[in-house]
Amino acid sequence: MAGHSTYVPASGFERWLDSRLPIMRLMHDTMTTFPTPRNLNIWYTFGGILTFCLAVQIVTGIVLAMHYVPSADMAFNSVEGRIMREVNYGWLIRYIHSNGASMFFLAVYIHMFRGLYYGSYKAPREVIWILGVLIYLLMMATAFFGYVLPWGQMSFWGATVITSLFSALDQVIPHLGSAITSWLWGGFAVGDATLNRFFSLHYLLPFVIAGVVGLHIWALHVPGNNNPLGIDVKGPQDTLPFHPYYTVKDAFYLSLFLILFAAFVFFAPNFFGNPDNAIQANPLVTPQDIVPEWYLLPFYAMLRSIPQKLIGVLVLVGALVTLVFVPWLDTSKVRSCRFRPLMKQCFWLLVLDCVMLGYVGAQSADAALSLGGMQLPLVWLARLGTAYYYGFFWLIMPIVGLIETPKALPESIAKAVLGAKAKA
Amino acid sequence: MATATKPEPTRRDFLYLATGAVGAVGAAFAAWPFIDQMNPTSAVLALASIEVDITSIQLGQQVVFKWRGHPLFVRRRTPKEIAEARAVPVSELIDPVARNANLPDSAPATDANREFKPEWLVLVGVCTHLGCTPTVSTPQSPQGDYGGWLCHCHGSQYDVAGRVRKGPAPQNLAVPPYSFTSDTKIKVG
Repeated sequence: MAGHSTYVPASGFERWLDSRLPIMRLMHDTMTTFPTPRNLNIWYTFGGILTFCLAVQIVTGIVLAMHYVPSADMAFNSVEGRIMREVNYGWLIRYIHSNGASMFFLAVYIHMFRGLYYGSYKAPREVIWILGVLIYLLMMATAFFGYVLPWGQMSFWGATVITSLFSALDQVIPHLGSAITSWLWGGFAVGDATLNRFFSLHYLLPFVIAGVVGLHIWALHVPGNNNPLGIDVKGPQDTLPFHPYYTVKDAFYLSLFLILFAAFVFFAPNFFGNPDNAIQANPLVTPQDIVPEWYLLPFYAMLRSIPQKLIGVLVLVGALVTLVFVPWLDTSKVRSCRFRPLMKQCFWLLVLDCVMLGYVGAQSADAALSLGGMQLPLVWLARLGTAYYYGFFWLIMPIVGLIETPKALPESIAKAVLGAKAKA
Repeated sequence: MATATKPEPTRRDFLYLATGAVGAVGAAFAAWPFIDQMNPTSAVLALASIEVDITSIQLGQQVVFKWRGHPLFVRRRTPKEIAEARAVPVSELIDPVARNANLPDSAPATDANREFKPEWLVLVGVCTHLGCTPTVSTPQSPQGDYGGWLCHCHGSQYDVAGRVRKGPAPQNLAVPPYSFTSDTKIKVG
């Protein structure tokens, strides 16, 4: 699909520009005539929604940086006092930014599960998937740095716990982990120096994300979109031009998404927040329960399910690194779960598993579930969930692909969508 | 151009490699200042020592000071607590090493190796798992099963000598470098 250009310069100026900087041609080919499978459903609109989320975070973030003071003495007041109470519309911009992070992750999780369900990571789209995993990791780093900036109790202790993950390396090479934490902190503990560098990195990383998003879209435009049927596009009868068909579809679902976004910003702006972060950071007192933001909870549950420090950290990191190998772990030749009865069930179990791990991660470390008089420590639920997560990727994906009998694939996208009379 | 035999290395190949090597070494040296700038500054290092007055600390009480940005626990132990801590055989411990900056690294984690005076326990109040501040256990408000400290973040427990007794924490609470400058004053760092 890539390579062939249908751009025709409409004026003398466009001809002049096209032979010097073919930017109009690029826009035309990628955003107007780009042939897109005609059967993309609602779940395919989240790429556009995510681009919008990134833009919102960058715009609101640049504005917030105009009023924020990255210093351990002033940070908390510059957010809670200056931005929230004094700056014109500061409250609005900050709530858009803080809820925007949650909306961004909500959208990215839907986007990732959609990719898993329809097999969008399979050849020839492995690089798109890996770039996506990289964006996800960058998003987590950016969100973590950003969460530290208001310098509340949860900011401070979240930063302490997450940076201390590196101290597990002490168990591999003595003093290596401590040297790394001290280097990350710029001191003996999380403090002023840490806050300053996290602010600098929080400003930098979104632009790195924007760069990798560019690569992600570039890689997407080589083979073109996957689709809910998971079969290849065979000809023009299977596609529609991106504009107006998908620009309008994306815009429509973006509008629905914005209603949800606005509902949180205006009616429940602290829904995703933690009350402990309304207290200024105190290096001498740890809050009773340390809870990360919701989008990190499943991984936090995995960390806590292991009673040994180094192994716990490795399980956490491994859960993320696993995603990189997904294109090669899946042995099935069929992409879409629509035609994979067994894999479809395993997939939905994975979704449930992640939700359950998220729930467990939000509870305190020694919590238990009462089941008809029996006390089930949640840590066992977390262990079960962790086992299924790893089992899904490293056992189920390779094995189910080999033993499963997929349903018959349709002849073409056009036949499946338009009926038997369509050209195949 | 394509030949089956490998051509002899030339003077030019040597120059390419030598230039590349010099460039790589130069890049490493150029990168170092940008890496090292993140380490603690000299001002941070200069503030690394404090002196604390322990006159007002009561028997069985723990007072928390701030040292290097971390909580510093100074706990005045009761005779019962000292006896409890001394009764634990080292072989029962998760971490058999004293972790006392004033002793050699290999010193065993006996109670005597954890302090200078049995009554005074001085510890860095940072859980060796992921850095939270453990909560002190008192007879009125017991924390965990070992009478010392409980870390609420991930459930690690320490005994009355600050030695880890239940994971995930891998090490005993650290004993900082300190000395008694008088009977009522401790210099830490």
